[in-house]
Amino acid sequence: MSCEKMESRILGYLDGRLKESERLDVEKHLSACAPCHLRVEEFRAVSGLLDELPVIEPSPEFDARVHALVAAEPVKQNWWAWLRVSPRVAFAASMLLLATVWLGFYQQQPTSPLPWSNPVVADEQMMQDLPVLEDHDVLSNFEPLKELPPPVQAEEISDTQQQM
Amino acid sequence: MARTDVQLMLDVKAGDEASFELLLHRYRTPLVNFLYRMVRNREQAEDLAQDVFLRVYRAREDYVPSAKFTTWLFRIATNLALNSVRDNRYQKLEVSIDAPANLDAEAGDERPLDIPEKHPNIEQHLVEDARKKMIRHAIDKLPEKQRVAVLLHKYQELDYAEIAKILSCSESALKSLLFRAYESLRVELAPLVAQQDKQ
Repeated sequence: MSCEKMESRILGYLDGRLKESERLDVEKHLSACAPCHLRVEEFRAVSGLLDELPVIEPSPEFDARVHALVAAEPVKQNWWAWLRVSPRVAFAASMLLLATVWLGFYQQQPTSPLPWSNPVVADEQMMQDLPVLEDHDVLSNFEPLKELPPPVQAEEISDTQQQM
Repeated sequence: MARTDVQLMLDVKAGDEASFELLLHRYRTPLVNFLYRMVRNREQAEDLAQDVFLRVYRAREDYVPSAKFTTWLFRIATNLALNSVRDNRYQKLEVSIDAPANLDAEAGDERPLDIPEKHPNIEQHLVEDARKKMIRHAIDKLPEKQRVAVLLHKYQELDYAEIAKILSCSESALKSLLFRAYESLRVELAPLVAQQDKQ
């Protein structure tokens, strides 16, 4: 192992975080390399010095301050939680929704279109009625019928009877 | 059996406030110490630690256990600490040059209450105080990223993969970062290391 490779393993070696094979490689190198051996010892000494810094404890008010911050947070409630809180409002809202849906559905029912709104349908209807129209045309222009006296009205009949 | 951090966080997500309390109890001291060693001001460290817990609580509904809880927690703490350090540095630049420099204004925070009993010899106490001061200054002199790496590695005992994620770098880059940090500390603390060798 080279001295350069030791750089990435030296702290792992001191912490005991190396794999067994890596540890053996490092120890083999250290037994033959005085500068790296010295560096390991000095790093170990530095690590020991860092241990000398005492641990501080949070102040007694620390937890209370965190609780106060958390308590001041706005409560987030989802829709289901809101429905659970006010079932009456939820029932009224669902009825309103149901009524709205029903009315909307009812108004959207397709109405039967008028025959003349669609030219194709109008033509078909006219073709069906054509014989009747033809009969009407024939009767209205039928010469023998024109020669007949005009029909007598009911009032005229009653007048004639009174005169008699 | 104690619940894992991830299990506790998932319980917090489900609305269990008691699990949040357990997480607070478990991590308040490590967080306050990490932040204190970053910002060198106890009050500020506590404010930042409270902010970390608040952010954890706020993020509970979106929490997904994709990484270790400590990775997430210390990532939040690191970001807040680095922002605070940068803000402080900016504020210090604005302070009048006539203001007296008091680098150890917060040193008393670390002093145990029972010092007189532990150190009947005042001279010995002063020597130890000077040692601690020297160690603190050596850590403070490290560049930000190296300082975070050393603190998380040495005091929080996070593994390399976690620290690499927190610092958004590769594991090999982290190992190199830590090596350089220890090299700087070795040079800065050479007098103390030499003293240890004599003993």
